[in-house]
Amino acid sequence: MTHAALLVLADGRFPAGGHAHSGGAEAAVKAGRISCAADLEDFCRGRLHTAGLVAGALAAAAALGLDPRELDAAADARTPSPALRLAARRLGRQLLRAARASWPCPELDGIARSFPKGAHQPVVLGLAARAAGLGPAEAAYCALYESVSGPATATVRLLSLDPFDATGVLARLAPELDAVARTAVDAAGRAAAEGLQALPAASGPLLEIMAEAHASWPARLFAS
Amino acid sequence: MHLDHSHHGPAAVSADAHRPDGTRRALRIGLGGPVGSGKTATVAALCRQLRDELSLAVVTNDIYTREDAEFLLREAVLPPERITAVETGACPHTAIRDDISANLEAVEDLEETVGPLDLILVESGGDNLTATFSKGLVDAQIFVIDVAGGDDIPRKGGPGVTTADLLIVNKTDLAPYVGSDLARMAADAKAQRAELPVILQSLRGDSGVTEVAAWVRERLTAWTS
Amino acid sequence: MTLTDTRIGTPGTAPTGVGTELPGTAPAGVRADARIVARADGRGGTALPVLDGSGPLAVRRVRGSGAEARVMVVGAMSGPLGGDRFALDARVEEGARLWLGSAAATLALPGQAPGEARYDVRLAVADGAELHWLPEQLISATGSDLRVTTLAELAAGARLVLREEQVLGRAGERPGLLTTRLTLRVAGRTVLDQQLSCGPGAPGGWDGPATLAGHRAVGQLLVVRPEFAEQPPAPRMLGDHAALMPLPGPAALLTALAPDALRLRRVLDEGRALLG
Repeated sequence: MTHAALLVLADGRFPAGGHAHSGGAEAAVKAGRISCAADLEDFCRGRLHTAGLVAGALAAAAALGLDPRELDAAADARTPSPALRLAARRLGRQLLRAARASWPCPELDGIARSFPKGAHQPVVLGLAARAAGLGPAEAAYCALYESVSGPATATVRLLSLDPFDATGVLARLAPELDAVARTAVDAAGRAAAEGLQALPAASGPLLEIMAEAHASWPARLFAS
Repeated sequence: MHLDHSHHGPAAVSADAHRPDGTRRALRIGLGGPVGSGKTATVAALCRQLRDELSLAVVTNDIYTREDAEFLLREAVLPPERITAVETGACPHTAIRDDISANLEAVEDLEETVGPLDLILVESGGDNLTATFSKGLVDAQIFVIDVAGGDDIPRKGGPGVTTADLLIVNKTDLAPYVGSDLARMAADAKAQRAELPVILQSLRGDSGVTEVAAWVRERLTAWTS
Repeated sequence: MTLTDTRIGTPGTAPTGVGTELPGTAPAGVRADARIVARADGRGGTALPVLDGSGPLAVRRVRGSGAEARVMVVGAMSGPLGGDRFALDARVEEGARLWLGSAAATLALPGQAPGEARYDVRLAVADGAELHWLPEQLISATGSDLRVTTLAELAAGARLVLREEQVLGRAGERPGLLTTRLTLRVAGRTVLDQQLSCGPGAPGGWDGPATLAGHRAVGQLLVVRPEFAEQPPAPRMLGDHAALMPLPGPAALLTALAPDALRLRRVLDEGRALLG
């Protein structure tokens, strides 16, 4: 296992389409709920413990080798918003392309065949981590970090927020991210032993509701 | 990167010239250039000129997603299912150069849903002079500037002006009104681009987009041969 | 273990279905169970061969309409308090129709017994059967700690209308800790699995811009119909803070936030009317 592969996969410049998604930040900015770094931190903390935790556990479970089809269905059930399901599958498809180019392997080829329209991104992320020789903890970390770094980057663009402030938010969330990563990995381990109902199902109502509002806008900068 | 990898499943490699079923994919031409230089108008004119002889589709990347797509729809240059808008997260150059994922998905989806296609035009959102398309996304790129943007732009250069496969100097009809020296622009462009072609164009003139359309046909002939 | 709940033995806590935890297994508190089985009576109506429950989960049959049987949870005492264990189990057999509601809101309160309170709802609906589970609000009072799970297991041809409303605190009051998990399975496949945690002690950011953003009432209306598999309702917004969403199965979910219970109910009712 190479630890450096984690840096490649978690790099914000890894070309997997994430730059065009705000993780709900665009809708929250427009609604006036994010207008400064403190709001961004609150938003990211909420996302980390809800959508982030679920994504982290799904990624860890996929990295452990649980059935991707079942994990994809579990992700569907945890994503009531059709706009978010669509975004997750698009991002999954885009990530799969980058992962197959980076770490070619039959397992990823198989996923491309099974999910021509894409599997949920966290599931693909776990499989990509596996293909890169990484384990469930690294997969969870990638998913969790993305769950907060995406909104932070987007907010810098949307609000012209000072980029140092946004990075400070991410740094302050790091200890909490460690804790959520442990929860996610534990849950993935239990899911392997007991079944997928052991995966967390935490949700942020506004993330779901505002994703639907955002999808109905005639003009927007971010895809989700 | 293993180009022979694709027979294990759908192509993983963006620049592959073939689709998963083995057929040759559409030629992809990118159109970039500063805001307001006439990219969308050129795309619209190309569509009108080529749509009867070629199977065409367009991907737009405007920073205000869908605006360009809606313009093209309003002008009825192509049926709506042949136009796709891609969100760029407020970074149009990222979407055509650094992370081309969403654009690749869009071109592949177009080939799948309305294909077979001969040509896909990928229009970038308006950007600055440094924006270029990734070779993983397009097979050739056109950079569109206009006389109203300042007649010193060709002299300034930048990757778009110097390396694009075709440079269009647009809105030549406005030159007298904005005090731009067309001869100087043409000479500067020639100096920057050596053998690469430059077309001076006015979409309001009689010839319109004809010269550019001829260039596109040449590229297509080379692509399919 | 000593029984510290002063309500044991008070009127209304009849022996059937109400008891205390066995010593050594859990904190002391009230244990209340309700069981309802609805069965087609063969004459176009619905019979209730099992209608059990008492104390906080006392159940009464009320006048129904047409083929439908109506049952109300009439809750003879307040609760759940810390350490309580409530379980409601409703089964609707093939061709039967059951409407299940509650006479009053459920108020989660802090208790003398240690530990959280639990309220587990199990709903099973067979082919050609229909269940309406429309309880009144669940109010999370200061200092309370309640975990609610709702599991609805439906056959492919079953129908369901389910409403959940959580109110964070009585008027002007800070909420307690409330965790709810709603799971829907249709023909063995999980269509929805969603957990919401809010109140002091919930994971960070529970009241922030990604989650509740200061709203004090959150609710869901879940509608399952076989015909949604082919013709799902289109996603749409109901105002600024409610979205009707087709789920990955023959179901639709309306999730809504509101400043208070009254306005939440209004949106959920609008959703019910929309879905017909």
